[in-house]
Amino acid sequence: MIRLAGLTKVFATGKGDVASVTGVTLEVPAGATCVLLGPSGCGKTTTLRMINRLVAPTSGKVYIGGKDTDTVDPVALRRTIGYVIQQIGLFPNMTVAQNIGVVPRLLNWDAARTRKRAEDLLAMLALEPTEFMDRYPGELSGGQAQRVGVARALAADPPVLLMDEPFGAVDPVNREVIQDEFLRMQKSLRKTVLFVSHDIDEAVKMADYIAIFRAGKLEQFAPPDEMLARPANAFVAGFVGSDRTLKRLRRIHVAEVMVAGETQAPGGVPVVRTTDDLRRVASLFLEHGVESLACVDESGRTIGRVTRDAVAARLGAQ
Amino acid sequence: METLRFIMSNLPMIGERTVEHISIVSVAVGVAILVGVPTGIAITRSQRVADTVLYLGSIVMTIPSIALFGVLIPLLSKIGQGIGYLPAVIAAMLYALLPIVRNTYTAIRNLDPALRSAAIGMGMSQSQRLLRVEIPMAMPVIIAGVRIAVVINIGVTAIAAYIGAGGLGTFISRGISQTDVRQLLTGAFTLALLAIVADSALMYLQRRLAPKGMAVSA
Repeated sequence: MIRLAGLTKVFATGKGDVASVTGVTLEVPAGATCVLLGPSGCGKTTTLRMINRLVAPTSGKVYIGGKDTDTVDPVALRRTIGYVIQQIGLFPNMTVAQNIGVVPRLLNWDAARTRKRAEDLLAMLALEPTEFMDRYPGELSGGQAQRVGVARALAADPPVLLMDEPFGAVDPVNREVIQDEFLRMQKSLRKTVLFVSHDIDEAVKMADYIAIFRAGKLEQFAPPDEMLARPANAFVAGFVGSDRTLKRLRRIHVAEVMVAGETQAPGGVPVVRTTDDLRRVASLFLEHGVESLACVDESGRTIGRVTRDAVAARLGAQ
Repeated sequence: METLRFIMSNLPMIGERTVEHISIVSVAVGVAILVGVPTGIAITRSQRVADTVLYLGSIVMTIPSIALFGVLIPLLSKIGQGIGYLPAVIAAMLYALLPIVRNTYTAIRNLDPALRSAAIGMGMSQSQRLLRVEIPMAMPVIIAGVRIAVVINIGVTAIAAYIGAGGLGTFISRGISQTDVRQLLTGAFTLALLAIVADSALMYLQRRLAPKGMAVSA
């Protein structure tokens, strides 16, 4: 669990004091992913960097797992927090295995355990260990390098992961792939993740909670569906976009709105699975001019249907 | 032919002068590395201090070596060392400092800031950052500074023959005063050879000490 209490940062500049972050208070439950979202210069990165104290807060507190991080030595604190940055920052003078082993080595793990950990992490991130362990960062593509960056952050199995626009420099196709891999991994790892992004689609896809920032202030903190359904103010509504209902559809699955029971699948119209999201359902409604689709389970047996009314009811309910 | 015969019949003396020469250069450069590398690293923390130090260094570089000896002789004669080995080493060391300090400073300053962010964010202490990331990555540029210092010093030490420091410059100073072309050519040839050999050896070292992964991305 991470709790920020009245976190504030004021930078002294030549033109006087500039407040970068003002009184941010929020709480992310253990195992949840919170995306800090907002336009550039809104203070989201500064907020993130105050958590591992790359930036010293002017006032306010950061609690991790209930513990006030002011009471921990910053260097020791950082070894318990995974950190991924957009520029990746792999050390070019070290191999992939050595890069992943940086924090384990700082924590005095023995060599065999460190190497085994690097192999496991590479495998988990879909990079063949025998092929990549002894490569240098200069020999990796952007997507491969960012996977190694994530592996490095996870090396000592920290409970908390801070990610500063981690996939921002990856091309759009690879970004989708890495996001999916990360979501799949996060399902089993259940790290508490704080994730900085300026991309609303990425936030809706990745987040359990979204924190929207403007000019150093937290505008709204809510689960994506709630934020899209009920933006707190005009700024949030503008930021999430006028197509926010379409964005909500991606996070809702057929299983949530399905009406169970025997049903007749009309010919020529595809069926949907319970694990599909409502974006696919809406798209099929429009494409085929229908108001109802048959749902099938894993084995392909028809177990119910999803109707336009049920979708509308779900969207209006919250 | 004359010169070749002179060289062949004076090999032991040439060897002795070469050893003297190498001794002055290596002590001077050695001290300059011990002082210059930490200085170069220290001044990366303050732009103002860095500017001042590098400015002072370039002033030293512009002083002609013969003038520097002129300053050192009265100063060091107070401790009875006005001429000979000590002033030669001190002068050579002063000329070696700037290239070493400047290259160390530039190499560390030019490292990708993301590496610094990543290193601090992962929980490296300042010394761990220096020893594991910054110095290894700066090494080729630091050695390049040492190379420049060595080549400059071989030249400066040749002039130190005039203040009785010995070395290969002795052949040249005697060759001039005795109008002996054989000694002149011997001095010139051996000095040039020494400079080329030292430079190539350091270039080899520079390649060897370059972090492996950096050759790939370069």
